[in-house]
Amino acid sequence: MKLPVSLLLAAAALGAQVSYERILEAEAEPHNWLTYSGNYAAHRHSPLKQIDRGNAAALKALWTYQIDTLHKFETTPLVVDGVMYISEPPSDVTALDARTGRPLWQYKRKLPRDIPVCCGEVNRGAALLGDTVYLGTLDAHLVALDAKSGLVRWDVEVFDYRGAVSITAAPLAVKDKIIVGMAGGEYGVRGFLDAYDAQTGERAWRFWTVPGPGEPGNETWAGDSWRRGAATTWVTGAYDPQLNLVYWGTGNPGPDWNGEVREGDNLYSDSILAIDADSGKRRWHFQFTPHDVHDWDATQVPVLMDGVVRGKRRKLVLFANRNGFYYVIDRETGEFLLGKPYVKQTWAEGLDDHGRPMRLPDTAPTIAGAKVYPSVPGATNWFSPAYSPLDNLFYVNVLEMGHIYHQGEAIYRKGSLYTAGGARMIVDEEPYSEVRAFEAETGKLQWAFPLGERSRSGLLSTAGGLVFGSSAQGAFFALDGSTGKPLWHFQSGGQGVSNPIAFAVDSKQRIAAALGRAVYAFGVEE
Amino acid sequence: MRLSTIALPAAGALLAAAALQAQDDRREPVPPRPPVTAREIAQGKRLFAGHCAGCHGPAGRGAQGPNLAAPDLLHAPDAESLFLVIDLGIPGTEMPRGGQLHDSEIWKIAAYVESIGQTEPEPLPGDPAAGKRLYAGKGNCAACHWLDGAGGRQGPELSAIGARRSLAHLRESLTDPAASVSADYLPVTAVLGGRRIRGIRLGEDPFTIQIRDSADALHSLRKADLAALEKHAGESSMPPYGGVFSDAELDDLVSYLASLRRIR
Repeated sequence: MKLPVSLLLAAAALGAQVSYERILEAEAEPHNWLTYSGNYAAHRHSPLKQIDRGNAAALKALWTYQIDTLHKFETTPLVVDGVMYISEPPSDVTALDARTGRPLWQYKRKLPRDIPVCCGEVNRGAALLGDTVYLGTLDAHLVALDAKSGLVRWDVEVFDYRGAVSITAAPLAVKDKIIVGMAGGEYGVRGFLDAYDAQTGERAWRFWTVPGPGEPGNETWAGDSWRRGAATTWVTGAYDPQLNLVYWGTGNPGPDWNGEVREGDNLYSDSILAIDADSGKRRWHFQFTPHDVHDWDATQVPVLMDGVVRGKRRKLVLFANRNGFYYVIDRETGEFLLGKPYVKQTWAEGLDDHGRPMRLPDTAPTIAGAKVYPSVPGATNWFSPAYSPLDNLFYVNVLEMGHIYHQGEAIYRKGSLYTAGGARMIVDEEPYSEVRAFEAETGKLQWAFPLGERSRSGLLSTAGGLVFGSSAQGAFFALDGSTGKPLWHFQSGGQGVSNPIAFAVDSKQRIAAALGRAVYAFGVEE
Repeated sequence: MRLSTIALPAAGALLAAAALQAQDDRREPVPPRPPVTAREIAQGKRLFAGHCAGCHGPAGRGAQGPNLAAPDLLHAPDAESLFLVIDLGIPGTEMPRGGQLHDSEIWKIAAYVESIGQTEPEPLPGDPAAGKRLYAGKGNCAACHWLDGAGGRQGPELSAIGARRSLAHLRESLTDPAASVSADYLPVTAVLGGRRIRGIRLGEDPFTIQIRDSADALHSLRKADLAALEKHAGESSMPPYGGVFSDAELDDLVSYLASLRRIR
């Protein structure tokens, strides 16, 4: 394949350049997108400002790369020096020429046919470190690929997939380790978070998100229910290099909708965990929804920033939770600072001084069904929020919707769904999504932009003062980040179930997103 | 802007949803069926009340969803297909996936549905042949409804309506059409420079809306250009026919509609 000299130089320069130090200083090279959320603080905010409020209306699609499967395409692309790395469903990686969208190489994984997955054969992205691309696979392996060729350096089993553990999240590269979360929370698995040596693939540590006998927290599970307690880790977390803590959200307790078989708080389900990056030891945890019976995974992206709360400047983590509450937590100590509803919710009177929900009666699922807000998909979900340090606004795609929750029978069979219930729509209600902008420390609503029917798009903020995202019908758009005013849109013809990014090639800013079954790159051409 | 030809976005969206749904299909074959006992049926009835009765009625005799108290179910001629219909829904229709029902729960619901199917089917209240004449004549229903390849476009196609709606629901649709309007037939009015365009919403995203007006003209509109966009939720484009037909005529027409079961 013949490539322009500049790209060859850039590609040749790839190598060990994607060091840990480069990811630490991701803002210093805004033409690249080196890690899932753009930086370790998970802002999904690009310092690029060539595209701004003044010229956003002139955005155009510059290239499209189509995939050849019908699976949902949830990838966050990574870009380094002119090369874009995307994961493709179910468990493939493609390197693209970021200037043209033409493929450079592809890794295609052969998967067993009997992988149990609840919600689609998906993958949300890869990780980069050194000259290696890391991919978690649906059959629960971690694969290290040579960044120049896609050839396999090593391939290790994270867990036996026949136990219904799969990997859909992008790994997170921290120092010399690759941190990997897992999925399978609808199958009665026991959750964990792993770290692997980036060079050898050897496992460095494993943190069980459901404590075993003798470990603190095990007493929050009745009998041996901890064995099937789920609390999976299927969305990529954040990292604070000063505190050396990894922040990672955990999923629902198993089974989802019948809590009778697991009396107790069910730690560490529906929690945020602060874990020492070197040792894998828990520093603190905060559980958003103790004894959850609505499937409200806390697998949202934690956003790290510093701000003044309760009269003191603190290191904070912001968390818009699926359970309908927006949280501000001290990320050094885990202290709860603020929590307030950001969508309609009918299950809690509020949160107490420690952030524990004060539940209302008759909100647990029943056989006949109990009407509760928010819905199973929740106030928001795995798709990313964005944070603009310029406007100090937290942007999140919310869903206003309730459900009628049903309790079912809790029958465990290895490899089979262990959800024990479900939910149905509330008749005569039209659920809708909105992009909402909240002041970071207070959760005060600044503006909202209506999206109509349920959107599953993540958001991107840029220093050009823009917020990008997409609607359920495939309209990809730019909003004014300060006011929510729409500035531009493009009908892609396919729903975006993914998170947008920004990068630059030839010193020209681009916006990229997976929409429908394709990656689009947008830009303003003079 | 007026379009001479346009693909139907609503139908397109349905197809896309069906494709999306299909790719999430179960990977395993239908699991073996446990023995059908009175207890299984009783438990199935409770599950049915929670999950299915909202559309199919408390006794499965139909409401918005079809009557299941029939010996032959169109989409479920045998137990395995009944299992799959409950588990996966029916793409392209309003029948959703069973979601997270456990296999054993699906079998219990299937057992209950089969048990009500052994009862006598609901008798037609009137004469379908007389109803057919009313459809073509006094009712002039074909002006707005598509049937077997011809008719109007203002209301839903009726070629298979008998397989999808209960007798009670069909009657209600005639006497009180606004009681239940499909989201695919939301009446809207767009105000564009003093012009009011009223019709059915075919598609909408945050920035644009597509409307088929009462004269069947297709409109592509940018929301930013509109002075107002009114959505008439809870209204139907169809007038009530209770005063047009006698009770006996309504019985005949309902019987004719119930006989329309041509699913392609």
